[in-house]
This record gives sequence, structure tokens and C-alpha cells, in this order.
Amino acid sequence: MSALTFSLKQTPAQRLDLSPLVSQNLQGLSLAEIAALELQNGKAKRRVDEVFSISGDDVQNIVFNASSDKLDFIGKQLEGGSITVNGDVGAYLGLNMKSGSILVTGNSGIYSGCEMKNGLIEIHGNAGDFIGGALPGNKQGMKGGTILVKGNAGARVGDHMRRGQILIEGNAGDYCGSRMLAGTIAVMGDTGRFLGYAMRRGTLLLWKQPRLSATFNDCGSHTLAFLPILFASFKSLNSRFADSAQAFNRVQRFGGDMAETGRGEVLVKL
Amino acid sequence: MIINGVSIDNTFAEAFPMKATRAIITAQNEKWAMISAQAMTGFATSVIACGCEAGIERVLSPEETPDGRPGVAIMIYAMGGKGLAKQLETRAGQCVLTSPTSALFAGIEGGKPIPLGKNLRYFGDSFQIAKKIAGKRYWRVPVMDGEFLTEATTGMVDAVGGGNFLVLAESQPQALAACEAAIEAMKQIPNVIMPFPGGVVRSGSKVGSKYPALGASTNDAFCPTLKGMTKTELSPEIESVMEIVIDGLSKEDIDKAMRVGIEAVCQLGAANGIRRISAGNYGGKLGPFHFHLQEIMA
Repeated sequence: MSALTFSLKQTPAQRLDLSPLVSQNLQGLSLAEIAALELQNGKAKRRVDEVFSISGDDVQNIVFNASSDKLDFIGKQLEGGSITVNGDVGAYLGLNMKSGSILVTGNSGIYSGCEMKNGLIEIHGNAGDFIGGALPGNKQGMKGGTILVKGNAGARVGDHMRRGQILIEGNAGDYCGSRMLAGTIAVMGDTGRFLGYAMRRGTLLLWKQPRLSATFNDCGSHTLAFLPILFASFKSLNSRFADSAQAFNRVQRFGGDMAETGRGEVLVKL
Repeated sequence: MIINGVSIDNTFAEAFPMKATRAIITAQNEKWAMISAQAMTGFATSVIACGCEAGIERVLSPEETPDGRPGVAIMIYAMGGKGLAKQLETRAGQCVLTSPTSALFAGIEGGKPIPLGKNLRYFGDSFQIAKKIAGKRYWRVPVMDGEFLTEATTGMVDAVGGGNFLVLAESQPQALAACEAAIEAMKQIPNVIMPFPGGVVRSGSKVGSKYPALGASTNDAFCPTLKGMTKTELSPEIESVMEIVIDGLSKEDIDKAMRVGIEAVCQLGAANGIRRISAGNYGGKLGPFHFHLQEIMA
């Protein structure tokens, strides 16, 4: 069996909703049936084979080639299997995904891993705003799983995040960890303004000194026993996070956001 | 059967089903991991009055522990799951949470999950932090020396308790020396503990008593000072009897431990005053697991 591959024929003028193309929806369908599925494209509906040339048959292993940032909702509610995207993706990558893995070789748009429950999203380029966040109006963002960004991330990383891990090898934008409820966000690069704004619980793990708001209080330097276990769990990742030279267990601990519940923490490598 | 002048009785040890769990205690160094482990497994020789039977299984190198520090694996056995969970939690709270630099981890994957630090977290008075790492939930509880890190649950499995053998010797020092040798050998066997002080019990019991309030009483048939006053199992030259009790995760684990223990005793042999090996046999009334000495040593 070879990977079920969708190669984009032409970048669509309008945004394209790819949420039907996940393993659990395609299981048991013939290639002709998959080709006949309809995708929302702006206000119109288009057949899959109008947009993509299709090859392969393994629905557990889906590949999108020549992808574009117009392709939204890739891996929405994914339940098992893997999706590889060669190129960029649009918004809502892995929205509500429950398990499985998604790999994007390019950049991703806003709301990647939004409200995801479990699984792994790996973005080799940059990620847009609100990764691992909650949909507007919702109170809980990502609830489990891991998002790995090898490039930079936009603003509001992990907004309303409830559980899980967001790992950023590059920089994170403003309001990183805003309104966070729990979980872990690790950033190797720089962080922007208003770090952890209104976070209630959760951990922001930083390699570089941040610009902290006045509502974060210094709790001193500490050696924390959970950090070696956390770093050991990164070993299986294809990332700098797996490099033991990047691991540490000695940190400066800041507690906050004291304007909120104030049980969150910013841990900065010493 | 006679090995090195030691007669192996044609009898069997009788054991019963128990529930068991294992926990891993780590600390800044082996000394403090051991101190915590000894506290946690203290007063846990027999379910008759301690509520559980517990012991140190073995010392773990930093490479073998979840947090890369020196550690000690301990096991706790009880007659039922509810009792085991209560004993584990009470002991973890009083003996590990309190012990400097300690951390506590699950020692059994699978089985039925029972709380390890799941409820101890409330000691953190809302400052505690949960971390789910690689599918396991940990609690970080702020304490005065830093943070107490504990896994939320550990596994509970079916096990066997009460495997045993008796060492019959010409003198008390000789009986003890033989038991010490046996315990040293048995400590190398995984999945078993010998819960009595130093692994050895000098007050083996029989089921029942003259006093209605007591469920167990001294095993008079093996008491050397009663040789002329009761239906004794002892020949005139036996002056001291000591017992080694073994709890294990499976019958096979206890088989192995009994074998290496009896071998160590027999190595000292008749030349060192060891005359017989027997076992606590209650006529099949106590439990369904029977460990036939001669089969184990065959």
C-alpha cells in the first residue's frame, strides 16, 4: 500500500476546506468515491478531483503535495493515522484532532492545533497566531497532545490552553500563554510582550530571559525534579528539544499572573 | 531428600492470594532513598496486625530510575485492594513526602491503577501543579526543601503471599547465620520481598489459639523449649528454628526465591549445625498455593 496522495493542481482563488480528507472519513472508500467527495471552496463546492490529482490507497497515511496557505482545516478531528503536508497550510490545522500525527514542511496559518485533544502536530516552518488556542468565544484551548514548531510562532500561543505541550524552537510572539489554564509551553527563542497575560495555571519554559509584566513575581532559582523527566519525554521528537545538550533542570521561577489566579509559572533557564 | 547433610522434609509451604504494588523512591543519594524506603516499609511484617506486608525489593541505579537519581524499589502486599491502596497512600504521605529530597514513582506498569500521589497533592494547598508527561500524570507539590515530585498512580496486581520455609538448627546462632545467608541470596531475586525483620521470623505461628480472641498463636510444634510438652515436630538435637516468609508477584517468583534461599542454607550444611528444612503447612486450610520443598529443590 502506498500513501494516499493529494497533489494540488492549482492554488485555489478562494479558501478550501479540507476537513473531509481525514483517515476516519476515507476508510473503506474507493479512489473514485474519494474523488467524488465535495469540498467547500469559498462559496462553491468542488469535487476533490477537480482540485487534486489523487494517487495511492493507504488512508492511514495521507500526503498533500504542493500545498498552499489557502488550504484550511487539514486534519480536522483526525482520529489516527498520519498526514504529511508538503508546503504551507492555512488556518485551523488539526482543529479538534483526537489522535494521530500531522507533519507540515512549510508554514501554518492561524489556530493550528486549536482545541486539539491528543496526537502530534509538527510544523517545520513558522506558525501563525493562536496555536493550540481556543476558538473565539470558547473557554478551553488545546486539551492534550504536542505541537512542535521548528520556526517561529505568532501571537497568543496557547491562548486558553488546558493541557498538553507546545514546543517552539524559534521565537514566540506577544501574549504567549495568554489566559492559559494549564499545560506546558516551551520556547527556545525570544518571547514577545505580555508573556503569560492572565494565565491561571500552567508552565512557560524559556531558554531566554523574557520581558515580564509586573504581575509576575520572582520565586527564586531552583532545581526542579520534573524537568529531567519532561526533557526525557522529548527524546522521540525530531527536534532540537530532543538534544540532551538543550536540557536543564536549574531555573529561575516566576509566579503569575497575579492579576489572575496566579498559580502559573514562568521557568527561565539558568 | 538430603542436601549436604540437611534433610529436606517431604512437605509444602502454604500461601494465599494477595494484592501487591511496587513504588520507586528516589532521592539525592542512595542513603536518603534508603532511609525513606525503610520508613515506608516499617511496621509491615505481617498482615495479621500491620495491615500490610512490605519490604525493600532492591536498590536501583540512577540509570534505572525515572528521574535519573539513585533509588530504591519497595513492594507492598495486602489481603485486598482497598486495604492496599490505603496502606500505600498513608505510608507514602508519612514516610516519603516527608523525607528530604525524595520523589516517588510507580513501580508497576499496567494492573489496576491505585493512588500514589493523586491525593497527596492536596498537601500543596492549591499550589500543587500537575504535569502529564508521556502519558503519565505527575504532581509537583511545593514543600520546604523544594518540590516533592510524585506520580499520580501506580499499578496494583494479583500476587501471592506467605511462601515460607523453616530452618531447623542445632543452635540459635547457627539458625540465624543460615537465615542470613539465605536472605542475602534471596535479595537477588526480583519480584519478591521477605517482610519480616531482616527477612527472618523467629515466631512462626499456627492458625488458631487457646484464647478465642486470637486468630494465630505460637507454632508450638516447632518450639524447641516445648519438645517434651506438646506434639512436637522436632528431634532432640534441634535447639532453634527460624522461618523465612516470602511474598511474590507470582508463584514462580516465590519458587525461585525459595530455591536459592534453601540452597544457601544447605551450602552451610550439617557441618554448621543445619539439620532440616521444613515449611509452614496448615493442612491445606490456609491457602491454595502449595510450595512442595522437594519439588522446588529437585
